[in-house]
Amino acid sequence: MSHRVLILAGGISHERDISLKSGRRVADALTDAGCEVEIREPDGELIGHLMASRPDVVWSTLHGAVGEDGSIQDLLSLAQIRYVGSLADGARLAWDKPTAKIIMARHGVQTPTSITLPSSSFRELNAESVLAMVATELSYPLIVKPAQSGSAQGVNQVNNAKEFSKAMIEAFAYGDEVMVERFVEGTELAISVIDLGGGPVALPAVEIVPESGSFGYNERYTPGQTDYFVPARLPATVLEVAAEVAIAAHSALRLRHMSRIDLIVDEEGTPWFLEANVTPGMTETSLLPQAVTASGQTLSETYLSLVEVALR
Amino acid sequence: MTETRLGQATNFDSWKHAYAKRAENLAVSEVRALFSVVSRPEVVSLAGGMPDVSAMDNDAIRSAFDSLMSSRPQYALQYGGGQGDLRLREQICQIMELDGVHGSVEDVMITTGSQHALELISDLFLDQGDVVLVESPSYVGAVGIFRHKEAHIEHVFTDHDGLSPDALEEAVERLKADGKRIKLLYVVPNFANPSGVTLSEERRQRVLQICRDHGILIVEDNPYGLLYFEDQPPKALRAFDGDGVVYLGSFSKILSPGLRVGYVLAPPAIREKLVLANESAILSPATFAQMLVSEYLATCDWQKQVADYRNLYRTKRDAALEAVRQYLPSLHTTEPAGGFFLWLTLPEGLNSKEMLPLAVTELVAYTPGTAFFGDGRGHENIRICFSHPTAENVKVGIHRLANVIDRQIELLETFGSSK
Repeated sequence: MSHRVLILAGGISHERDISLKSGRRVADALTDAGCEVEIREPDGELIGHLMASRPDVVWSTLHGAVGEDGSIQDLLSLAQIRYVGSLADGARLAWDKPTAKIIMARHGVQTPTSITLPSSSFRELNAESVLAMVATELSYPLIVKPAQSGSAQGVNQVNNAKEFSKAMIEAFAYGDEVMVERFVEGTELAISVIDLGGGPVALPAVEIVPESGSFGYNERYTPGQTDYFVPARLPATVLEVAAEVAIAAHSALRLRHMSRIDLIVDEEGTPWFLEANVTPGMTETSLLPQAVTASGQTLSETYLSLVEVALR
Repeated sequence: MTETRLGQATNFDSWKHAYAKRAENLAVSEVRALFSVVSRPEVVSLAGGMPDVSAMDNDAIRSAFDSLMSSRPQYALQYGGGQGDLRLREQICQIMELDGVHGSVEDVMITTGSQHALELISDLFLDQGDVVLVESPSYVGAVGIFRHKEAHIEHVFTDHDGLSPDALEEAVERLKADGKRIKLLYVVPNFANPSGVTLSEERRQRVLQICRDHGILIVEDNPYGLLYFEDQPPKALRAFDGDGVVYLGSFSKILSPGLRVGYVLAPPAIREKLVLANESAILSPATFAQMLVSEYLATCDWQKQVADYRNLYRTKRDAALEAVRQYLPSLHTTEPAGGFFLWLTLPEGLNSKEMLPLAVTELVAYTPGTAFFGDGRGHENIRICFSHPTAENVKVGIHRLANVIDRQIELLETFGSSK
């Protein structure tokens, strides 16, 4: 019997476009796997539609707050509709980057030193002084990013005070809290974790080598602008440790079914946790689908398995 | 999709080595992706330059469709000639007369929107590095084509009376002294996109003279000329010079952009090459769309429809200006006498492109001024398109925009200029 899967995609987040693309790619793979798939936007009629149609499984590719902060997960749980992906509590922990970093640090995982502040703090405490202190304590280069967002939107590396101020304005355009993080030089990895009921398993690490040197929005979504190596060109022992960190993150953040853990491996081979993605991108250039393919599975096989595990 | 191969790098583009150099300009853009939200009903879009087709008389279109399909389906569904449908070209000549343009049906060619005409003209005239003179700011679609042709885009100072002839003369002399080849002047003289300004009658004559003196072909793009709110704009540049001006027109703003029917009136030698280029590119413009437009023009009161549009857009323009005065009193805005657009100048230090994500959060979209320059300028400007939302939503959108600007000013005051 084919499964009826409702894919949620779109919404009004800054990553709407990516969400729609991800949703269509997941739909293609599940259709090929024999599922009966419907793609739907979250709108005023969604709840009524869900309650009336009662799909077997919902798969949300929504990015941004509603899709990743636990809201949609809570609503689906309330409606007693099964869904692929993390439960609300895990989503909440991972969606907020500073929270995720605190949890990982408590689990003994290295994560770059950072500070997170709302815009009100800068107004009250004199931004120049705050930025100067942060720059002194963390030292340039620094990474400035919205505390809650994805697709590298509003993320900048800064090397001096002028760039720092500019990056703060850009980051605050995406949200009211900004995280400033010490830059760690090394190899950028994305490790996807899948749990089909037998415990979390790390898929082959994807090494990211953007042509411009920075893995920004354009480098993520324009084919040809970034080279990906799967598995990453690192010693097996290092990759094993990185995979352990990814699994530890998936478990510590109480994520379910799948996640993507972004890491930097420094010159000594130490993996540094950067962030966890509750709803990884599923576009044609996204990282999780690459890892699935490299693992020897087809997207259809793996996505169908995820639907089936959600049904259990 | 490119497969990921173990141990090898993939970049998801197996043909990266094979693209033409000019394809380097074609890349995804974060700003473009943010515009994806405009399809959501919660968002007031002041961004895309779309006509309000909800005001179109659909019964008239349906009746033209029925009439066409019952009388000449065997032609409507067939290939056509590269120059376009003869009856439509005759009707276009009559429409152009309204702008003072007298042209022969032999010199009119139908295109897939006037954008297509601009692409063909650019292909015909522009080699890498050739100069195209444009207004400051200029139409984003034109800037995109000129950039793709690897032309040198030179913006000429423009004020509330349109392109400045003095600045044009200065630019021409400077560029010539630098050994540059100036090929074209591209201008939207009536209710320009994006500024909304109209080139004054006196300046039209001077612009024509300067271009004649220096052998520069003028490309006059006039999609908004019939959408005037008070007085009809001055006669088209083409009305005074049949050999020095290529004139572009469109049904996208007065009928429907979905039909993609535009046209070009060119001197015979240029028109000849344009027809060959058109045939080479697309064989023939869409016959069905051409004949539907022609049938509509022949059987319906299209001038009343245009008059209705004028009234509708005047109301929306008034709503937009009223909202700017109420919510953004310190901002400078152009006050267009027709067309679709206001051009706002932000307080010093603000950056319209950086502010866009904040606007999306506040459920309003606009086009950052940077889209209308080929030289990186425009950060301090915003294009507001008032044509598509209801008048009430135009006000709501501008109110939201005011909140976004306040918030951005607050950030700027906190962190200093982002320049």
